Amino acid sequence: MTLLTVERIKLFSTRSPWWCMIIATALTVGLTSIFAATTKTTELTDLTPSATQFAYSFGLVVMMVMATLAVTTEYRFSTIRSTFLAVPTRTPALVAKAAVVVVLAGIVGEITAVASWGVATLIQPDAPLGLDTAQEYRNVFGVGLIYLLSALLALAVGLIVRQSAGAVVIELIYLLLLENLLPAIPRIGDHIQHWLPYTVGNNFIVAGQPETADGPPAIEGMPFGPWGSLVYYAAVCVGLFLVGLILAKRRDA
Amino acid sequence: MIEAQGLTKRYGRTVAVNDLSFAVQPGKVTGFLGPNGAGKSTTMRMILGLDNPSAGTVRIDGRRYAELKQPLRQVGALLEAKWVHPNRSARSHLRWMAASNRIPAKRVDEVLEIVGLTGVAGKRAGGFSLGMAQRLGIATALLGDPGVLLFDEPVNGLDPEGILWIRRFMHRLADEGRTVFVSSHLLSEMALTAQELVVIGRGRLIAQTSTRAFIDMASESAVRVRGPEMERLHGVLTGQGLAVRDVPAGDDGPAALLVSNSSTEQVGELAGQVGLVLHELSAQRGSLEQAFIQLTGGEVEYHAGALAGPGNGSPPTGTPVAPAQPTAALPRGTEAAAADATRGGDAR
Repeated sequence: MTLLTVERIKLFSTRSPWWCMIIATALTVGLTSIFAATTKTTELTDLTPSATQFAYSFGLVVMMVMATLAVTTEYRFSTIRSTFLAVPTRTPALVAKAAVVVVLAGIVGEITAVASWGVATLIQPDAPLGLDTAQEYRNVFGVGLIYLLSALLALAVGLIVRQSAGAVVIELIYLLLLENLLPAIPRIGDHIQHWLPYTVGNNFIVAGQPETADGPPAIEGMPFGPWGSLVYYAAVCVGLFLVGLILAKRRDA
Repeated sequence: MIEAQGLTKRYGRTVAVNDLSFAVQPGKVTGFLGPNGAGKSTTMRMILGLDNPSAGTVRIDGRRYAELKQPLRQVGALLEAKWVHPNRSARSHLRWMAASNRIPAKRVDEVLEIVGLTGVAGKRAGGFSLGMAQRLGIATALLGDPGVLLFDEPVNGLDPEGILWIRRFMHRLADEGRTVFVSSHLLSEMALTAQELVVIGRGRLIAQTSTRAFIDMASESAVRVRGPEMERLHGVLTGQGLAVRDVPAGDDGPAALLVSNSSTEQVGELAGQVGLVLHELSAQRGSLEQAFIQLTGGEVEYHAGALAGPGNGSPPTGTPVAPAQPTAALPRGTEAAAADATRGGDAR
C-alpha cells in the first residue's frame, strides 16, 4: 500500500502525466464530437455506439506514451536508483508502479469512451446510440480495459528498453505499422493477423458488431470470442511485463 | 559497519573492482581514496545493491543491502546529486522517498531544515545549483536517520564554503557514532575529512590504514646526496643505520643516493667526519599529491603521462618518496581528460 502511495506521488508530482491525460481525453472526445456533428442526417443510422469510439486509439497511444515515460524517465534521471535504494528487492516497487499507471490509464480510457459516447448522444440525440446489447456495452466500456492492458504493455517495453525515445518508437512502429502491414503478406498474412496481440485485443471491443463503415473495424474469422480475445491480450501484456521485471531485477541499475 | 569480502566486478573483460576486502568502522569518517576510474563508485553501487558483484560479498551490519527491511532507515547514500527528476520539487522528491520506507512526512521538513533548503523546498530540483543539488542529496541520505552513510565525491564542484560545510557535517555525523564512508580522489581533501582511509587503485586495495599513518608514509622526508666516491658514501651512511637507496641517473640529474628519514645536517656531518667530498646535498619532500600518484601510479587505468606527452609520466618506483619533480609535470586538466576517457566505460 505504501508503495502505491509512493508511485502515486511520483506520477503526479511531475507535469507530463497530467498533459498526457488531458491530451488523450481532449483528442478522442474532440474528434468524436466533430464526427458526430458532421454526420449527415441521412446517415444517422450509422452513428452507433461503436462509431463513437472510432478515435479511441488516439488517446490510447497517448496513454501508452505516458506509461512508457513513467518508467523510462526514471532511468533517464536515475531516480530508478533512488527507487531501488528504497526498495532493494525491486519487484514490489515496479509492480506498484505498474498498478498505479495501469489503473490510471484504465480510468482515463473509460472517461474518454463514456465522454465520446455522451458527446455524440448530446450532439445527435436522434442517432441509435442507446446501449442495449452486451456488444454495445463492450463497444463503449470495453475501451477502458484495452487502455489498461495496453498501458501495461507500454510499461513493459519501457522496462525492457529503458530509453524513452527507443521505447516509444518501438511501440508506435509496432502498433501503427507492423500490425497493419503483416496481414498484407500473401497467404499467411491472414493467419498472422489473427494472433497479433493488439488486433486480438481490439477484437474484444468490436467482436460481433454489425458491419458498419465507421468505428474500429471488426475482423472476420478471429480465433477467440470477445472475452477470449481479452484474456489472450492480457496474457501477452502480463507476459511482457514479467520479462521486464526479470530483466530489471537482474540488470545493474 | 560495512564489510567487503573479495568484492569483484567485471564488465566483459574489464575488471573494475578486483578482489577488494575492507571494513569500515562506526564512529569515524572513513575515506575511500583512489584516482578517477579506480572503481570507487562501482564499489559503492555494489554496497548499495544497485550493481551485482561478479564475485564476493559486501555486508552492512552483517546483512546484504537487499536483505534490509526499510533500508533508508539504516543506510543513507549520496551517490550522485542529480538523481532527482528535474521537474519535481525538492519536497516532492523527499516525500516519495520517505513514504517508501514509512518515514513520517514531518521528517522531510526536518532534513530540509538541516541542509538549509527550506526556502526552496517547493522549487523544481532541475533549477538547483550544484551546491543545492548536493544538499538535497544529503537531505535524501539523512531522511531515515540512518546509522550508515555513504557519500560519493560529495565535495566535487563545490565552492570552499560548501566544502567546509560538508566536511564539518561529516565529522558531526561520525561523532554521533555513525559509520561514514566518503569517497574522493583528492588526498588533500581526505587528509582533512577522514580519520581512516581505504585506498584503492585500479580496483585493488592498496592500503587500509589511519589517515595519519598514510600521510606520514606518503610525505616521508629524504635527503638526496651525491659525490665522486659514491660507494664509500653508501657504506658510511648504511654504517650509521640509515636506509639508503641508489637513484640512477635520470631526469633529476646524475646518479645519487636517497637517504630516508634523515636530514641534510646529519648526512653532511657524517660525510665531513670521514672527509668525503659532496657534489650535491638536498632535502626532498614529496607533496601529498605526488605521493598519492606514486602509490597509485601503477594502478591508474589511463596514464596521465600518455596524454601529456613523453617525459612527464613518472614511472612508479614503489616508494612513497617522490623524486624532486615539478608539480607542473602533471598538467592541470590532464586528470580531467583521463576521467573523461574512463567515463566511456561507465554503465549509463
